[in-house]
Order: sequence, then structure tokens, then C-alpha cells
Amino acid sequence: MIHLNRLPLAVLLGALVGANALAGEQVGMVKTVRGQVSIERGSERMPAIVGVPLQQNDRVRTGDNASVGVTLRDNTLLSAGPRSLIVIDKFAYDSTTNVGAMSVGIRRGTLAVATGKIAKATPESVDFHTPTSVLGVRGTEFVVEVDGGSDE
Amino acid sequence: MNKSLLASALLLALLAGCANERVILLPSADGRQSAVVVRTGGDELLLDKPYAANERRIGLNIPYQSNAAEVQERYAATLAAQPMRPSSYTLYFMTGSNQLTPASEAEFARIKSEIAQRAASEARVIGHTDRVGSAEANDRLSKVRAERVRDLLVSEGVAADKLEAVGRGEREPLVPTADEVDEARNRRVEIAIR
Repeated sequence: MIHLNRLPLAVLLGALVGANALAGEQVGMVKTVRGQVSIERGSERMPAIVGVPLQQNDRVRTGDNASVGVTLRDNTLLSAGPRSLIVIDKFAYDSTTNVGAMSVGIRRGTLAVATGKIAKATPESVDFHTPTSVLGVRGTEFVVEVDGGSDE
Repeated sequence: MNKSLLASALLLALLAGCANERVILLPSADGRQSAVVVRTGGDELLLDKPYAANERRIGLNIPYQSNAAEVQERYAATLAAQPMRPSSYTLYFMTGSNQLTPASEAEFARIKSEIAQRAASEARVIGHTDRVGSAEANDRLSKVRAERVRDLLVSEGVAADKLEAVGRGEREPLVPTADEVDEARNRRVEIAIR
């Protein structure tokens, strides 16, 4: 099914990612917070509290003994443990067609993932990356840890 | 791996700040087969069994079999922070009307209370149609159905900014049919809460 549709999907994706690169579009929401968690958006830095929306390119940073849980618009669940830095490098999702693309980076710390609708419809358009590797997914839950990674 | 490749792998690891990394595939919540592919430079490693794991140390992949105990020990705090799983309900309409069936009326009450109880809840109301009429007309009709249910939730006190109404037309039938077939089970509205 997916293979048959790949060409038109690729075309749609191109258009979608372009359209969704607009600043300010909500890509997800903070659902759980424990301890000190902040969101960095450009030069702004704000505390993460339950109910705060996230945007593309946001960086989520947790302190010692802190953790955070985020649900993206396609039902992807992300959670990060203490001393983590997670970056939402790309997120585009059309809730009418389930077509989208996402790329999430873990610079350091720990990240647990339960993938959502985009990974189900087009797994090839979803990736998670560490400082050294790129993780591709097929309808998946996993944990990833980066010990001694970058602070930036 | 020859010596120069090994040397460049080690150099790469140094450049990357000597980060040690670990990936563990977890059993999926729905019990389905799943997998993670770890790509590093030209290497590709497939983790496709529950608790299949890879540790990356000084530029080398060390695949191993992890287990629930290790996951608990290392990642309890991370997994405890995971948001509540999304849930999904489906509402059906009486033939030829926008009146919910009695079973769906009861479901509607459960949906309201779940939206109220979840922390920072959001819901997507997704309309579907059967295959009678053109695909374009069904896109519009499914959106109208979704908006009707959204308005019903708002009139019952659910905050409008938590709700998004979308129409998925005839592209996701519950019961697959040929084109132009009148199928009540496909005339539905799904409410996905997250």
C-alpha cells in the first residue's frame, strides 16, 4: 500500500513541509512536568508547564531530577528524563490525510518514544537522531540514551 | 573493518564528544511487531525483537539483548513521565439525520468526562462518510459532520480551543465497499483524545 503511494506522498510531503515551516504553528503540548523543565525558542527561554504548546525548532531541557512528557499532534508520545536536551527539528502533519514528517533530536539525556500516526502512515518520513546515529522506526516504542552528549 | 576505517570511526567518535549511546526497543503497547533501525555512517543495525538493544561506545556498535529489569533500572523516571495514551471513540448517527444513536449518546457522556479529566487534554473530531457521492463532496460532508459534533461538545461545556474538527471524507472506511455503496457503519465521527 505505502509503496504504491510513495510517489504522490513524496510530492504532498514536499508541499506540506514547506507550508508548515511557518513560525508559531503548534506541533504538540506539554502534558507532564516534574522538577525544573524549560523550553528554549530562539533566544527566549520559558518554564515548561502542563498545557504549554510546543513549536517546531523548540528545545526542551530538563534539570536534575526533572522529567517532561509531550504529546505531538499526531499522537506521538515523547518523554525525557533528568538532564536531557530534546530538539523538535521538524514536525509537519496534516490531520485530514495523516500525511506528515517529523525529525526529533536527542542531544543528551534519555528519551522514551511511542510513535504516532505519521510513523504508521509513512514510517520513512519519521526519524529520531542522536549525536552519532539516525533511528528509523516501524510503529515503535523505544528508549534512547545519550551519555555525555552536547549541551547545545 | 580495516585499520584506516577503524581509525576514522574512532576519530568520528572523538569529534562527536565521545558520547556513549544506547537504544532499546520496547514491546509495543498493542503487541504488534515493531522495529527500530539504527543508522550510523554506513552501518545499519536492525532492532526487531522486544528489548533488542544497541550500545554505542567509542564509535562502535555493540548489539545486545536487554530486558525489562534494565529498562526499569535505567529509564524508570523517563517512562514515568510519558503522557497518558491517546484514546479514541466512534459515534454513529441515526439514518439520514444528525441524531446520535442511543448507544452513541451514552458514549458521548464518557467522552465529555474524559476530556474534562485528562491533564491539558486536546481532542480531534474526525468525520467520515460512506462512498456515495464524489470524493470532494465527501470531504466537505465529513467536515460538516465533525464540526457538528465539535459544536455539540462546545455546547456541553468543552473549551473550543481544545477541539479540532477535520473531515477525512471517504478515504478511511470502517467497512471497505465499492464506490457509491450506502453503508451506515462508514457514516461516523471519531473522537481522538490526547
